[in-house]
Amino acid sequence: MTYDLPDARGHFGPYGGQFVAETLMGPLAELITAYEAAKADPDFQGALARDLHDYVGRPSPLYLAERLTAAAGGARIYLKREDLNHTGAHKINNTLGQALLARRMGKTRLIAETGAGQHGVATATVAARLGMRCAVYMGAEDMRRQAPNVRRMRLLGAEVVAVTLGSRTLKDAMNEALRDWATTIDDTFYVIGSVSGPHPYPMMVRDFQAIIGREARTQILEREGRLPDAAVACVGGGSNAMGLFYAFLEDPGVALYGVEAAGDGLATGRHAAPLTAGARPGVLHGTRSYLMYDAHGQILETHSLSAGLDYPGVGPEHAWLKDSGRARYVAVDDQQALAAFRALTHLEGILPALESSHALAYAQILARELGRDKVLVVSLSGRGDKDVETVAAYEEHH
Amino acid sequence: MSRLHNVFTELKDERAALVTFVTGGDPQPAVTVPLLHALVEAGADVLEVGIPFSDPMADGPVIQMSHQRALVHGTTLTDVLAMVASFRQQNTRTPVVLMGYVNPVEAMGYDVFARACAGAGVDGVILVDLPPEEAGDWLAAARQAGVDRVFLLAPTSPPARIARVGEVSSGFIYYVALKGVTGAAHLDIADVESRLAVVRAHTRLPVGVGFGVQDAASARALGAVADAVIVGSALIRRLAAHEGGDAIAEARSFVAGLRAALPSRR
Repeated sequence: MTYDLPDARGHFGPYGGQFVAETLMGPLAELITAYEAAKADPDFQGALARDLHDYVGRPSPLYLAERLTAAAGGARIYLKREDLNHTGAHKINNTLGQALLARRMGKTRLIAETGAGQHGVATATVAARLGMRCAVYMGAEDMRRQAPNVRRMRLLGAEVVAVTLGSRTLKDAMNEALRDWATTIDDTFYVIGSVSGPHPYPMMVRDFQAIIGREARTQILEREGRLPDAAVACVGGGSNAMGLFYAFLEDPGVALYGVEAAGDGLATGRHAAPLTAGARPGVLHGTRSYLMYDAHGQILETHSLSAGLDYPGVGPEHAWLKDSGRARYVAVDDQQALAAFRALTHLEGILPALESSHALAYAQILARELGRDKVLVVSLSGRGDKDVETVAAYEEHH
Repeated sequence: MSRLHNVFTELKDERAALVTFVTGGDPQPAVTVPLLHALVEAGADVLEVGIPFSDPMADGPVIQMSHQRALVHGTTLTDVLAMVASFRQQNTRTPVVLMGYVNPVEAMGYDVFARACAGAGVDGVILVDLPPEEAGDWLAAARQAGVDRVFLLAPTSPPARIARVGEVSSGFIYYVALKGVTGAAHLDIADVESRLAVVRAHTRLPVGVGFGVQDAASARALGAVADAVIVGSALIRRLAAHEGGDAIAEARSFVAGLRAALPSRR
């Protein structure tokens, strides 16, 4: 069986597609054409590969976390060190690809939405490098809890626009970025940070992030002489998870686990776990996928300590992987994620992002379940320097 | 034939139709039905009623705030349908078109929604984030229920899309005069006129123009080239400014001014 989704119109089974206002349909068609051409162009691929190596610092290491493994008491836990990339997260794999595409299309301005600020920083970074203007939309609540990243973006020359409507988080930032794009499409490229949004974004972002899994697959074969028993990644929109999973989709022996944010706990309703908590399919931000909304179709506010996972939807390919049974989705609450944050810090001397801490928390549980002769690969999608204040504040109040 | 068809046929050689947009439940749910009657009395030919949504991505700040006000009062899609049904008790002539985002309709179900529209006396529906490519289920349900399917065109729509939108639309086509979101400024009438010529080469449906109608002057200029002039943000801005006062009287005088400005074709 060959996995060849999405189809030509961006559908993953019943999910995905292009649910946008008419103004954006023409520009999306142009983007698809430009992306397909770039993908097939050795010059574009060569430039991207060079930058990923020389500028981002790839390949990122695959690190056997021996003390974490010993503490969990089960399968060997390998960390795919996306936190060691330039700018400190996996996000730059994608922003670099999209920015090179934007330049190829003759665009001079990049815009982005951001939650935790990692995607905003990664966009501002490539904009600086390519000499492009940049505006980043960020919820006012997220600007408060991720203040260091706001300062970084401004130092990089980006305009950070506070979004004060709605829940003031990632969802509202994406609304505002879409409004900007509908107004400025002539010179502006919208750099979406997750495997969400209208086609071709879920496919394109996955393709740019797929280097995570391709490298991890090669590295684990070198280290262990075999494929892992499971791959684990956190899922907000789900870009680092799709990036890790994609190379393993046709390896049935590799179980895939996406870890959502259970926030205060699934039972409280205060979470950000549409795949795990029984949400229905719905339409938001250009795509159909599992989505948290009320009986009248209004999008629900979500809750997670981690700004990067605080989103009511999820990429459409994850919805498909859930329905098809190829991947399993679980949720980890704020407390469990914090415990994993502390564990990795104390045991390995690595500060993980709160987003990645969700994957680490579940990886420890899974490692125990699987037992000692098994092997796990976990996406350590970002570093936690940005979260030091949040963790300190949480510990003060609890 | 549908009420929309009748209105455009009657007005064809007379003047452009005036289409007004208000959000159901804004500023108060109890205001919507009397407001709709007042808009008709002031000269509106077609009423667009917005379905409040938590994330109105294609709207500018004025209409975003109007959605928020309606949601604060708990206005649901079911409530909006009930408002139209209530309006229909006294007015069986003026077409009513619902305009909104697709997720509340997904939540209700396309078939249920289409039948509810027909039952309430809704004549047409515009779903902003449901382009024809994704609208298969909706088109089938709406055709079955006899509800007009109004789609949008924009300055960024290439000719092939214009033809496709013309094929699946009924009632009228909503031409978005500007790149951007609702309530933007800088309407270039000459540009709109040349683009309308392209649209009309592909469809015989009436073409309404919205986004950017600010005042009597822009209504007059657009009324000379479009089959319908659609006003939303400029009206809602006035309603919001008179919240608590006599918002209905303000709406009445603003819409009467727009209507008087539409040039005669006789």
